[in-house]
Amino acid sequence: MAAHTQPGRPNQLFRNLNSKIASIPMMLTAVVIFLGGTIWTVVYSFTNSKLLPRLSFVGLEQYERLWDTPRWIVSIQNLATYGCLSLIFSLTIGFLLAALMDQKIRFENTFRTIFLYPFALSFIVTGLVWQWILNPEFGVQSVVRSLGWTSFTFDPLYNSDIVIYGILIAALWQGTGLVMCLMLAGLRGIDEDIWKAARVDGIPMWKTYLFIIIPMMRPVFVTTLVIIASGIVRIYDLVVAQTSGGPGIASDVPAKYVYDYMFFAQNLGQGFAASTMMLLAVAIIIVPWAYLEFGGRKRG
Amino acid sequence: MDKSLTMPVSGPAISAQAGSRLEAGPQGKRPRKRLSSRNIIVYGALGFAALYYLVPLYVMVVTSLKGMPEIRLGNIFSPPMEITFEPWVKAWAEACTGLNCDGLSRGFWNSVRITVPSVIVSIAIASVNGYALANWRFKGSEIFFTILIVGAFIPYQVMIYPIVIVLREMGLYGTLYGLILVHSIFGMPIQTLLFRNYFVSLPEELFKAARIDGAGFWQIYFRIMLPMSLPIFVVSMILQTTGIWNDFLFGVVFTRPDTYPMTVQLNNIVNSVQGVKEYNVNMAATLLTGAVPLIVYFVSGRLFVRGIAAGAVKG
Repeated sequence: MAAHTQPGRPNQLFRNLNSKIASIPMMLTAVVIFLGGTIWTVVYSFTNSKLLPRLSFVGLEQYERLWDTPRWIVSIQNLATYGCLSLIFSLTIGFLLAALMDQKIRFENTFRTIFLYPFALSFIVTGLVWQWILNPEFGVQSVVRSLGWTSFTFDPLYNSDIVIYGILIAALWQGTGLVMCLMLAGLRGIDEDIWKAARVDGIPMWKTYLFIIIPMMRPVFVTTLVIIASGIVRIYDLVVAQTSGGPGIASDVPAKYVYDYMFFAQNLGQGFAASTMMLLAVAIIIVPWAYLEFGGRKRG
Repeated sequence: MDKSLTMPVSGPAISAQAGSRLEAGPQGKRPRKRLSSRNIIVYGALGFAALYYLVPLYVMVVTSLKGMPEIRLGNIFSPPMEITFEPWVKAWAEACTGLNCDGLSRGFWNSVRITVPSVIVSIAIASVNGYALANWRFKGSEIFFTILIVGAFIPYQVMIYPIVIVLREMGLYGTLYGLILVHSIFGMPIQTLLFRNYFVSLPEELFKAARIDGAGFWQIYFRIMLPMSLPIFVVSMILQTTGIWNDFLFGVVFTRPDTYPMTVQLNNIVNSVQGVKEYNVNMAATLLTGAVPLIVYFVSGRLFVRGIAAGAVKG
């Protein structure tokens, strides 16, 4: 207020002074934590810090060691498998559920509540529940076996080849409700006249969805994609709760690798290098999107 | 069902005036049958999906009400033959993490002490940020905002260690204050976005009229914007409460064992390697930890839905 009622020459620095003061927490967070912290980590990833961060540069040694570590390779493979499948399934299931919900059904609120409640739960809770359900001794496997199919085997959490799918099942349970909701909001945002026009033209419903509605929902899909993708890269709690990275290192993920090296193995340099690789992975997803979205918005 | 009841009643009424309408053909929409094959598919698919979402909750409840002998014998889907609340009591007051055997209650109160101030602080900061960004843009404000939004996508692991150092320098590392600060920082991008979008959507004339009447930054915020933004405050409170309650990573990094939030303690109880696994106690503990966000979710109902949808689609 003061800045605007003040007489005299307007000073560029003091214009909107209150707004600037109010934004100090935001500026500090943006510059010191987000920008500064990221740069700090990237810089220290080129050092041989062990127990404490030290500025003695060793070039790319940490990265060479990182990519020579089998555990890191496993983490990356897991992330890739989990990431691709999770994207495909959550988008497909989410959209299908949303399309079903959009058929003017009864009990829409009930269904929505059911589909979305897992999203309110933490990954820890999710992981622990599915750990119990997938427990081979008591869970699904033993129930199916007791029904007579004695050779039935379904023990994803104890089989290192398929453990990542066990995590995927839990992750989809937790996350698809959100995707469904976003998609449903997108579907509701589409003009009813489009539907009428398509019906007049005699276009079958599935074709209308595939060739008219989905292309129209591009922004919704892009937003959802970015939300899911950035969640995938940081997957951590779910793995910790469900498998603790096991059996062995079979379900390890980059986030867990980083945490273990930073806070348990006292090998900060490795942790920094690994987290920088995570940053790189996110950058590959985010930069093109940000360029398209924000770059485009400025022009328009 | 009710369609078939009304049909004979409306039959004569139609035939009475049918003469003039006959050439025009049937008018209006044909009543759709309730049990058309299309409806069966829709409801069938939805029902099947609902089952997948509900089974884990059911299994949790059922398991937590059984005794251990029954769990060893029966299957996880069967309802308990004998309902016992002992696992719940044990999970709340006696379950062990390491050497402490005072159950989840400690974690619960820690989580309360973390969540309440974090929600208040983060929303206060974010709403002012959003307001400044929407109505009082200054040179560079958009740049900071862009950094903030892009920063929301940076994996936390990248920034955790520098924050540890900063908090250690401030003497806050390992304290609840430190964790509250961390939650406020990382809640900021999404919350600011939510508030900014909301304030942008308000009619600009309101703001302009207030400016002409001589109101300043804080005056407009407290007397015009705040009273109008109750819905978005509730929405962001819901999101922040569930988000902070459910956090695990920050809890494990920034607190010490005696101040661990509930999620961390829960994980330690369930995944501890020593001792016999008591699955019923584990499930009771899991339900207890999930109870708070679940209650928030069920009470808030459509507001939760509207919140996440509005926040994501507009962004």
